[in-house]
Amino acid sequence: MTETASHGQAPRHIRDRLQGPGARLLKSWELLLFAVAVAIFVANSFASPYFLNAWNLSDATFNFTEKAMIAFAMALLIISGEIDLSVASIIALCSTAMGAAVQYGAGTPEIVLIGLATGLACGAFNAVLVTKMGLPSIVVTIGTMSLFRGISYIVLGDGAYRGYPAEFAYFGQGYVFWVISFEFVLFALLAVLYYVLLHRTNFGRMVYAIGNNATAASFSGIRVARVKFILFLLTGLMSGVAAICLTSRLGSTRPSIAFGWELEVVTMVVLGGVSILGGSGSIPGVVIAAFVMGLVTFGLGLLNVPGIVMSIFIGLLLIGVIALPRLWAMWRR
Amino acid sequence: MGISRRLFGGTALAAMMLAGGAAQAQDNVRIALVVKALGIGFFEAAAKGAEEAAAELGNVEVIYTGPTDTTAEGQIEVINSLIAQNVDAIAVSANDTDALVPALKKAMQRGITVISWDSGVAPEGRQLHLNPSSNPLIGNMIIKLAADNLPDGGEVAVLSATTTSTNQNIWIDEMNKVMGDYPGIEVVTTVYGDDLADKSYREAQGLMQTYPDLDAIIAPTSVGIVAAARAVEDAGKVGQVNVTGLGLPSEMAGAIESGASKSFAIWNPIDLGYSATYLAYELATGDAEAAPGAEIPMGRMGALTLDDNNEGAMADPFVYDSSNIDEFKSIF
Repeated sequence: MTETASHGQAPRHIRDRLQGPGARLLKSWELLLFAVAVAIFVANSFASPYFLNAWNLSDATFNFTEKAMIAFAMALLIISGEIDLSVASIIALCSTAMGAAVQYGAGTPEIVLIGLATGLACGAFNAVLVTKMGLPSIVVTIGTMSLFRGISYIVLGDGAYRGYPAEFAYFGQGYVFWVISFEFVLFALLAVLYYVLLHRTNFGRMVYAIGNNATAASFSGIRVARVKFILFLLTGLMSGVAAICLTSRLGSTRPSIAFGWELEVVTMVVLGGVSILGGSGSIPGVVIAAFVMGLVTFGLGLLNVPGIVMSIFIGLLLIGVIALPRLWAMWRR
Repeated sequence: MGISRRLFGGTALAAMMLAGGAAQAQDNVRIALVVKALGIGFFEAAAKGAEEAAAELGNVEVIYTGPTDTTAEGQIEVINSLIAQNVDAIAVSANDTDALVPALKKAMQRGITVISWDSGVAPEGRQLHLNPSSNPLIGNMIIKLAADNLPDGGEVAVLSATTTSTNQNIWIDEMNKVMGDYPGIEVVTTVYGDDLADKSYREAQGLMQTYPDLDAIIAPTSVGIVAAARAVEDAGKVGQVNVTGLGLPSEMAGAIESGASKSFAIWNPIDLGYSATYLAYELATGDAEAAPGAEIPMGRMGALTLDDNNEGAMADPFVYDSSNIDEFKSIF
């Protein structure tokens, strides 16, 4: 590139970007991930005769929609350099609060409000500990992970809350149109919402700035603590939304609800190309990662592959997809 | 129901023809045995029983599956993928009585036979539930085990869990109802070890001191029976006092070996998997209908009689003694 420029007589042309948009897209994480998703889709169609069926694919979306809703907010939080490992426990506490409300005769609107409010409260609790007291988020949320679920265990023991009103079932079991479930529509809407928030607003730019260098961001006039506070609130709120969907889908609450989901959510975010160190990542990446994880687990499920082999596969996929660009760079050199 | 079932069957068949490859799989009745979690000895043994039933029935393919850990969400994912495969029957040991109901209802709407076994599902989420045994059968079995070794009669004592343990109290009640069938056997007292190893041990010691002529201790709890056997061994009363009741083969192997316990009982997972597969087959092929009062055959285990909740008890608890303990102690 520099050679041709020095030889030529034409006026020196300086590009405003090092790579054109086409080249950037070709080298992007999202495209790589999309290729993986397509490959998995094709492989699944060949591997099982049951895969290409509208209803089956619709059922498969439930494997990831709830987790992905949290993953959107988690992506922003991780880009800003923080993490929330208590999300699955927030689901448990929200669900317990909603179940308790049902026992006192709450209707669907009240149940939903209580679920969202509990999620917000949990998020606020994390936010205060991290941003006001300056504690590391990983330590705080490992603590609240035990705390929130612990409360559910104390309230419920080995019992369960049931008896949710019939209309409440719509959130997790309802269909908007044909095979398009309510959860899937909500997932798509939230994806757009978070895309706009992260990639099209000042707030989104601030999140990136904080993740790259919080001190510099602070000196640039960004109120770092406030942005992080909002991100923890959002993560709590999304956990509340996921709790509503999951509780509605299950029709009951037990303290073990959503056990182990925090790691699946973080896996989804990292697979989506978000740097675990903060500062980079995108919502489209997380959306594709959600599909990849959903397709892989559903495809392997159709082949009756045991769950433990599935987790091994997801682990290998994560390492593989992350190692691929590095290997590519090494090979190019 | 009939129409929607046929409709779904029709679309499924069309999908099948399009897919082509699945045609040969459809010749077999495909029964999915869904367990609480994979890698648990009890359920691996149940799968063995399911395979045994499949071999007897001939045209059955058993799909043994389950989540990695004992969660309802994991089981729902498994059930969804089984619905997608359009299996003929799902026989599930549920992690959650209620949470599986929506997924299983969907399975039934699409024409799949659904039964629960071992750990049940709420009635609206299954066609029938197979209990390993029933309270009267258990109550009878625990006294029978003691009486079988006392042909001339004798004194027996009960070591239970807590005074408020529902299961144990029901079983002891049922035992008392059939005492007339065992003349010469006298229950001298009932003590409570609270399902704690050390307290149960002390209570068993106390029994042997208070009743020097005691012939047997019945412990209808897996904690109490192990503690009582140890107390008998430590007191040097092996051969005089026989410990029996309900226990786990893996924990009781030592007591059987030492002779502190001649025999004890608990469900047999192999029989359970066998019967569940048989029942699922009978319902899926339309040979039997799940309704209150129905009697559904289950091969070598006889027939299952359904009560008003479409539940039934498989059999007497299975007796373990020196002849079979080695086979089962590694299973559960």
